[in-house]
Amino acid sequence: MASTTHIADVLRRRNNRSFFERLAGGDEIAYSITLIAAVAILAIVALIVLELWTHSTPTVKTFGFGFLTSSAWDPNSGKFGALPFIYGTCLTSFLALLIAVPLGVAASVFLAEMAPPKLSDVLTFLIELLAAVPSVIYGLIGIFILVPAIRDYLVQPLKAVFGFLPIFQGDFYGLSFLSAGIVLSIMVVPFIISVSREVLLAVPTELREAALALGATKWEATWQIVLPAASTGIIGSAFLALARALGETMAVTMVVGNTPKITASLLSPGYSIAAVIANEFAEASGDLYVSSLIFLGLVLFGLTIVINALARILILTTTRRGMK
Amino acid sequence: MTLEISPRRRVINFVMLSLSGVCTVLVIAVLFFILGYLFVHGARSLNWNFFTKLPKPAGETGGGMANAIVGSGKVLLLATVVGVPVGFLAGVYLAEYSGKTFAFVIRYVVDLLNGVPSIVIGIVGYALVVRPMHHYSTLAGGIALGIMMIPIAVRTTEEFLRAVPNSMREGAMALGATKAQTVFTVVVPAAASGLMSGMMLNLARVAGETAPLLFTALGNMFWSKGWLAPIATLPVMIYNYAIAPDEDLHQQAWAAGFVLLLLILVVNVTARMIIARGPASSRR
Amino acid sequence: MTLTPAFRNVLKATILPFLAAALPLAAQTSLTGAGATFPAPIYTKWFAEYQSVGNVQINYQANGSGGGIKAITDGTVDFGASDMPLTDEQIKTFKERNGGTNILLFPTVLGAAVPSYNVPGVTGDLKFTGKALAGIFLGSIKKWNDPEIAKANPGVKLPDDNIVVVHRSDGSGTTFCWTDYLSKVSPEWSSKVGKNTSVNWPAGLGAKGNDGVAGLIKQQKGSIGYVELIYAVKNHLAYGSVQNKSGQFVKADLKSVTAAAAAVKTIPADFRVSITDQPGSGVYPISTYTWLLVPAKISDAAKRQALTGFLKWAITKGQDLVEPLDYARLPQAVVAKEEKQIALIH
Repeated sequence: MASTTHIADVLRRRNNRSFFERLAGGDEIAYSITLIAAVAILAIVALIVLELWTHSTPTVKTFGFGFLTSSAWDPNSGKFGALPFIYGTCLTSFLALLIAVPLGVAASVFLAEMAPPKLSDVLTFLIELLAAVPSVIYGLIGIFILVPAIRDYLVQPLKAVFGFLPIFQGDFYGLSFLSAGIVLSIMVVPFIISVSREVLLAVPTELREAALALGATKWEATWQIVLPAASTGIIGSAFLALARALGETMAVTMVVGNTPKITASLLSPGYSIAAVIANEFAEASGDLYVSSLIFLGLVLFGLTIVINALARILILTTTRRGMK
Repeated sequence: MTLEISPRRRVINFVMLSLSGVCTVLVIAVLFFILGYLFVHGARSLNWNFFTKLPKPAGETGGGMANAIVGSGKVLLLATVVGVPVGFLAGVYLAEYSGKTFAFVIRYVVDLLNGVPSIVIGIVGYALVVRPMHHYSTLAGGIALGIMMIPIAVRTTEEFLRAVPNSMREGAMALGATKAQTVFTVVVPAAASGLMSGMMLNLARVAGETAPLLFTALGNMFWSKGWLAPIATLPVMIYNYAIAPDEDLHQQAWAAGFVLLLLILVVNVTARMIIARGPASSRR
Repeated sequence: MTLTPAFRNVLKATILPFLAAALPLAAQTSLTGAGATFPAPIYTKWFAEYQSVGNVQINYQANGSGGGIKAITDGTVDFGASDMPLTDEQIKTFKERNGGTNILLFPTVLGAAVPSYNVPGVTGDLKFTGKALAGIFLGSIKKWNDPEIAKANPGVKLPDDNIVVVHRSDGSGTTFCWTDYLSKVSPEWSSKVGKNTSVNWPAGLGAKGNDGVAGLIKQQKGSIGYVELIYAVKNHLAYGSVQNKSGQFVKADLKSVTAAAAAVKTIPADFRVSITDQPGSGVYPISTYTWLLVPAKISDAAKRQALTGFLKWAITKGQDLVEPLDYARLPQAVVAKEEKQIALIH
């Protein structure tokens, strides 16, 4: 490899023509066009951030960072606070992970460690296809299938067994944090499975063989050796799923109940950042109202940036380490 | 020397491994039950009117979504025109031209863009296109979705171009081709099938986006004329009809969900098959 | 064959955009409006009918009165629709944003917000006092068999179930009408919550649009919400009668809504009037006009002609279409006044 690049360098130097020659040959033009495209992306992102920031200044000026900790949302009297929405966004996403991570990791263990490679490939292909299902369709399914099913079959037993816990108190209307969390978990599980399986497959086979040779059972090898080796990457996949869940709009707004409340009960209706923007942006009159919604958008953007970055770093470190 | 495995460990092994299998079956069963329901229910709700009629005024039954089907097509066409060239060229830049630091910056920013929640893209589309032009429009919807297409376009382009072996570049250069000729007549065609399917996947991904269209394309009860009028799209129609109380509208929402999902899945499967069967030269 | 016109439509839709871009004058005028869901059934009916009458295509998106007010203020639509009369401040903002142009309100029809409910086992119509409704929506009346409800409904066996309140999650003129009424009958409501297109709800679940509220009531046992009359009728939801200022329990229908409009003797010149909680026999107390919001100055001549043409048609011939959809006709005096206002659009 090194020698061929060296030859290429020599060739390139021999081809070292003047600027105008290169311009005539199209080299400079091609280069400039691609560079412009790359810079255009920088400009677009800068524009998005700038646009969000300038439009949210009225809120920042009026409420300062108290906006983030206030739970008042009363457009009528011009009081705005982000806390119920931040709470709802985090709670539903956390619930989604609580359900999706154990299931997803177990499934990926099966697919990576146990299933015959052919079967594993086919199942993974199908599961990855599910990641392509649009969120509005999950919302549709949520409203008409999941919410009634949760109401009829899940909540009664939950209340019977865990009814003493504050998280299962109060009345259940169908639309709730719990419903949103469950719908979200179904949406993110394909991500967790596909990334975790990839990470598990990147764990060197020698590790497994060594463990088995030392007398470990298949499960012990997986639980004590392979999973720890892949743990960072698996956590990364969870973060990736989290980022998706946080920004999810349509499915959540269709099943969460759209009520800005902070309660411990998972059975009560709530709200999320993305949902409140979807519902109220088109009608928010008054600068402060609009700017509060846009500031919420900025908060959501910030959250997803942080989570995404963490996810990427975690996944990269394990797959790299695994490949060595 | 053989190590004896105690019965307890054997049982744990069996139970835990079975459990992971059960989880897999559970996940797959739930997911496919849901989709199966959508397919059965959606297909049953489909009829010819769905493809040919316009939506009926509220309260009357028997309308269709012809305008939303065409509308989605128009918005996606525009999104491709907006998003793909920029993404493709930037991808070429990253794969073939850029230095290390600047490439790192661009990749980072592309990741940022990919992480922007879709509802925020909707706000931006409203602020940048709808407000200044004083009209909700196909154009605004197309631009919003186009921006969403850029990050994946960049990444797939870069990935597939990098997968083209260096020997091809060197061969072309050795034959006296300029850098531009090498890139655009040798490297890009070599990666063409991968690039195409990458773009298809990208398109399928934004085809179901609803949130960015709420404040940009708005909706339309009629055929949308030109590119500057509000336009109906399938995802937005599904949303509006799903939260309505009318049974007839629910049926149409299921039908629309079925059609949309079918299109997305067909595109996905085709694109993945093209990638899987792609020429050896475009594989690492 | 059904295929041919269908195919032609698809062709039209794919080719027309390109043609239309080239020949902007060849196409029929199209207008875009947005706003109230309350009158959406009659508006969509009107716009479908008027397409052939006036050769104008009017696209109406029902995203709530709040949405209509915002869209017309931002100038992103040609007209707005609201069932809340604009406040002085909203008119001031409109003028600031639109170079001093005034905004005109045109009443189009009358409608009613009805308390609609889904109570298992209750088949007959329930009667509600203003106090009961305020209590339910404040969250202080929690059970269906609360004395305040039972008192007005002797003989009805009310279940010992919790009440699930459903309200609008978007900014809504129906909400304005509803909270305007509650503010008039309940001092507690007036001081704690007040009236607006969206308020800080003390209790309940939010749903988007009249459609969303009706959908949620249908799905949710033990629920109560408020919707425009036709949404209750066409979705076969039960709705109750409400006690009016003269002490009668009245159910919303064409007659009782018309009576509410007739009870208001003088209509202000700008048509901004609330007709909730009017006294008189047979008056339904939660009635309201609904308005189209049109800028006084429309620079595009074709659009101006199309819109004024439609307005004239809607308040005259169009009125013949409203009663089958359970809206009440405009009083004749209002129509005459509106015709003068249409002439102000320049």
